[in-house]
Order: sequence, then structure tokens, then C-alpha cells
Amino acid sequence: MSDLHAHTVAYVRESMIPEQVAPVTERGAVKWMRENLFNGWLSTILTVLSLLVVFWIVADLGPWLMRSVWDAGSLSECRRIWAEAGQPAGACWGVINDRLHQLLFGFYPPHLYWRPVLALVLMIPALGPILYPWVPRKLIWFSAVYPFLAYFLLWGGSIWLPVTAAMGFVAGGAALVLLRPLGTLPATIAAFVVPVIWWIVAAGPFAAVMTQILPIGIEFVRSDRFGGFLISLVIGVSGISLSLPLGILLALGRQSDMVLIKSVCVIFIEFIRGVPLITLLFTASLLLNYFLPPGTSFDLILRVIIMVTLFAAAYMAEVIRGGLAALPRGQYEAADALGLDYWKAQRLIIMPQALKIAIPGIVNTFIGLFKDTTLVVFIGLLDPIGLSNAIRASSDWQGIYWELFIFIGAVFFVFCFGMSRYSMYLERRLRTDHR
Amino acid sequence: MTDTAAEIGIDRKIDTRHMKVSDEVAIQITRMNKWFGSFHVLRDIDMTVHQGERIVVCGPSGSGKSTLIRCINRLEEHQSGQIIVDGTELTSDLKNIDKVRSEVGMVFQHFNLFPHLTILENCTLAPIWVRKIPKQEAEEIAMHFLEKVKIPEQALKFPGQLSGGQQQRVAIARSLCMKPRIMLFDEPTSALDPEMIKEVLDTMIQLAEEGMTMICVTHEMGFAQAVANRVIFMDQGQIVEQNEPREFFHNPKSERTQLFLSQILGH
Repeated sequence: MSDLHAHTVAYVRESMIPEQVAPVTERGAVKWMRENLFNGWLSTILTVLSLLVVFWIVADLGPWLMRSVWDAGSLSECRRIWAEAGQPAGACWGVINDRLHQLLFGFYPPHLYWRPVLALVLMIPALGPILYPWVPRKLIWFSAVYPFLAYFLLWGGSIWLPVTAAMGFVAGGAALVLLRPLGTLPATIAAFVVPVIWWIVAAGPFAAVMTQILPIGIEFVRSDRFGGFLISLVIGVSGISLSLPLGILLALGRQSDMVLIKSVCVIFIEFIRGVPLITLLFTASLLLNYFLPPGTSFDLILRVIIMVTLFAAAYMAEVIRGGLAALPRGQYEAADALGLDYWKAQRLIIMPQALKIAIPGIVNTFIGLFKDTTLVVFIGLLDPIGLSNAIRASSDWQGIYWELFIFIGAVFFVFCFGMSRYSMYLERRLRTDHR
Repeated sequence: MTDTAAEIGIDRKIDTRHMKVSDEVAIQITRMNKWFGSFHVLRDIDMTVHQGERIVVCGPSGSGKSTLIRCINRLEEHQSGQIIVDGTELTSDLKNIDKVRSEVGMVFQHFNLFPHLTILENCTLAPIWVRKIPKQEAEEIAMHFLEKVKIPEQALKFPGQLSGGQQQRVAIARSLCMKPRIMLFDEPTSALDPEMIKEVLDTMIQLAEEGMTMICVTHEMGFAQAVANRVIFMDQGQIVEQNEPREFFHNPKSERTQLFLSQILGH
């Protein structure tokens, strides 16, 4: 065999080539700019145009913001200050200063402001164990109690109302545990039926009797005193925390083999998704009273929470169904083959994975729900947008627009951006597939 | 039997001391039929498996072999006939199904590990939630079996970080943690790279050596010759031929079997 032949056909490398440093154009800032800003003439033109737009916005908004006035009791006072300084008009933030309490609490009695504030502060330990794994697990009990505590703090009245409501859930849980030996299906049905019966039949009289025997309570605040971000948060947080479990149940129901459950879920989801939220809100404010038995006065905020929850839950169900559909069949089979029953398989195997896949969609729905709370302005609730109208109606602040909307927008942005960042953190934390 | 073991790269003597078939019936299938829609997948299957048997089921794809073993722990429902596993008849009664499933271990072609749980959690999940074993004890059991499949050092990793062969061994350990009396293998090596097949087969042989009752759907004929006491050949939803391995491979009776063997063994 000749040498040449050995080189062309059978070849053996004798020394391995060591790694070498990349050229300058493939490194650091130069590479980044080349790839992202000046990658060809079209990209260069777009970069220059974008810079011009940014400059134009800053040049316009900057001076307006620079001339901000914080200490003013009315728009005319702002104007006087600018006139004295010989400046054109700027941002008059005095309105936020002047009406902050109203934007936050609406017409909630000022001497009771500590109650919503306390409810908000207590929300932190209540959310902790749900949002972060390093928070002690024991705190989850506080999370379970929190909704009832928050209701009591916000509305006040007799303590027995939230307590009897909570007892319904306890009864449902007890039914589930006690009837487990009879099978999963009867236990599940009982877990739904028992609390409903309790709330409809026994809760009212029980609360009334207990209030007479042991009248513990704090000052009652009517729903029409609620307003501002308080109302957005109450509706938003309740809607978010109720729509997720309801959405999960609806998504599971839609996948069920039982025709009745499946069709109820499909009809519900399709109906709710096919109707605008504003229609549901009008239904809540006007029509619901016709359907309820005469004499029952059902709190308007509560009705809105129910409608917003149902609306978001229908979307949530579809988002979660997407997550369920993305799971390979093998996961169900492996869970079945190990002898896990339906609920255990769902809780331990299916849902953790399906929800993880669905996180972006779920948070999307959450953010949408939170912003949709501003729609309640159309049924006469004074959310921040409603209040901005009310504030402008006063002679002091007539003609002020931008400052109020910028402030309201900024607060909403902080909440929504927070949710978005949290969802990204959650996705990172739950990433175990190492792809 | 050592010569056949060498064929699949197992370079040790197979210990046959515990490979004993007892009289006790583990699985009894009588006149079982199954349809997928109008397609008749399994036709009049009659099969008795005794405790301690090591059965290899083979056949061309679509012959119903996977469906057969999936019926044994009711991942698939049969429409007529009877399947009795360890004295419990499989009917639509969920209690019986869960009872059978916790007695019968199953290993899948695509492992089906739970990707959101660590290897250890994969193994302890069912013992804790189905068998109600305390967590610490379940972890000890899990470590025992992970050592047995030779990957205890991977216990805290996630399935995605392991190779296919390692994942399949974890899947076997996960099943063993439930202390099953019967193990079903549904093509356990067909999704693996050639160099990983050996480690999984080695684990399965080790199980056979301990006297586990096994039914394996596989095309690893070397494995069949090394440890099986019976080979079943299926075609078109029927059991066409069954025999002890030596006879089955060297003297197949039916034409279909001969054709299949000539295709799969390549001579």
C-alpha cells in the first residue's frame, strides 16, 4: 500500500487540535452590536430610526416631567406655579398627592383604613408558602384561613359569617375523607354536595343563632364604600385564586369519560367563552337578582367576583387542557401501572407537569383578569378608573387626565410585571428536563 | 446456558438456582378477546403463567403482543373472556384493578419516568402514596433497588440527566420498589442504543435469577435463550406457537414462526 493511498483512504489523526480563541468580531460587545444593531443595511436603518423615535419621545416627555409639581391642592394652583416660574405647563402630580387615599381605598371609612392595610400585609405570609418553596410548609394553614380572615377584615360585621362559610369547606373535606372507603366517585360527589347543602340550608340560621349567642364582630362596611385599588385587588386576587382550581376541575371534567360531567363542562366553557365579560358583569349587577329567591340581597362585589371567576376559569380550563394535551400518554400509563388512583395520579403526576407547561398561559389569564377588573366601572363600582372620573368631576381637578392615567397605569403595570417575572422565576425553578 | 448469554454480551454464568417454576398459578387468561374499534387485536387468547416463569413474547409488529401484556394490568380493557391475576379477576371494578396494578410491575418501551421528580422520588412515590409506607422507609427501599440496578449515585438527579439505559434501569427499580410478584416488560430495550441494551438486559437477567415471574415482550432472542423457560410467538392477534426456547429456536413448527425467526435472526 502506497503512502499516498494511506493518506487518502485510511487516515489516522496523530495529534488533536487544541481549542483556540475566537476572533474579535465573534466576541463581546462588538459581536453583539454587529449581530443585533448593524446586521446589514436594513437593520442599520431601523436602528437609526429607532434611536430617533426614542430621542423624540424623551425630548417631548422629559421637559414635561421635569416641570412636575407635587405640592398643589388643585389644578389652578399648579397653573399658578408654572406661570410664576414663567414655564409652560408640566405634570401636575398634586392630584395624586391630594387624592391618594381615595385612589387606594375609595370611600372606605378613613378611621378603618387599618383594616384593608392589615389584610394586604397579611396577604404576604398567606401567599408565601404558595409562591415560594423555602417558606415553611406549616404556614399553608394560614393561607387556608386567610380568605375568611381577609373577608372579615374588609367587610367586618359578625365573625360568624366567615366562620360558617369556612365550616362548609371543612364539612366537604370531612365528607371526602370519611367516604373514601366507599370509592372515589361517591366521595368526590359528597365533597361537592355536602358544603353546598350546608351553605344553602344551615349556614344562614347557624350564623344568626351564633351571632345572638356570642356577638363577636367589628364595624360593618358596606360594599358601596369600597373603591380604588382596594376593589381591583379584592376582585383580582379572589378571581385569580378561585379561577385556578375551578379551571383545573373544568379541564379535568372536559377530559372525563363520564358523558354527563364532560358535557356540563364543555357547555359551561363554551358558553362563558362565547360571551363578553361586560355582559356577564351586567348580568351580575342587574339580572342575578331576578334569578335569586326574593329577599336575598347578594353583595354586588361578591356577585362580580363570581362572574369574573367564572369568566377566567373558562379560559383557564382551556389553557390547562393545552398543558394536559402536551403530556405524553406514557405518563398516565406509568401512573396507572403503579396503582395510583385517579386523584392521586392527577395531583402527583399529571397536574404538576401540565400546570408547568401551562404557566405562560395561566399567568396570561391572571394578568388579563386583573386588568379586566377595571371593567366594573360600567356597573357603577368605583375602581381606579371610575374614581379618576369622580376626581375630575370635582372643581379642583377638572381637566386633569394624563397624571391620573399614568399613575393608575403605573400601579397596574407594577402588579402585572410582578406576576410576569414571578412566572419566569417559576418556569426556571421547575425546569427539570435539562434540554 | 452460558454460551447464549455470551451472545448478548453477558460475560458471566447465569445462576439458575432460583429459577424455579412453581405449581402456583400467577396469571390465568381464558378465551380473552379484545377489539380496537372494529379491529380484532386479540383473538381467543388462552394462557396460564405459573409463579416463577420467565416468558418471552415475540412476533411481528401489530401482532398484539404489547396489547396482550397491557391487558394483564388493564392498561387496555378486554371485551370478552377472563383474566385472573394472582387470584383477582380483572373487571371494571376499580378496586380490583388498583390491587392488581400494585402487585404487577410494568416497564415501558419509553421508560415513562416522571420528569418532574428526582430518581429517588420516582421510586418512592408509589410506595408512599399507594402502599402507605413511611417516607424514610420508602427511601431505604428505593436506595436498595437503585443499588441493585447499579445507579445509586444518580438518586438525586432528574430523569432528563440520565442516559436511556440508566433511565430504563431506574424504571425497573421504580417497579421493584412496589415489591411486585409479577413483572411485565413491554419492549424494554427497543428504544435504546445498542451499547445500552446490554446493561438493561443484565438487570433483567439478574431479576430472573432471583426467581421473579416475568413476561417480556422483546426481540432480544439472546435474552430469550438465556433465561426464558417459554417463548410465545404471536401473529395476527393469536398465539401461534409456544415452546421452551431450545425447541422454539432450533425446531420451530409453524411456517409463520420459521419465517419470523429467519427475518429476525438473519439466517
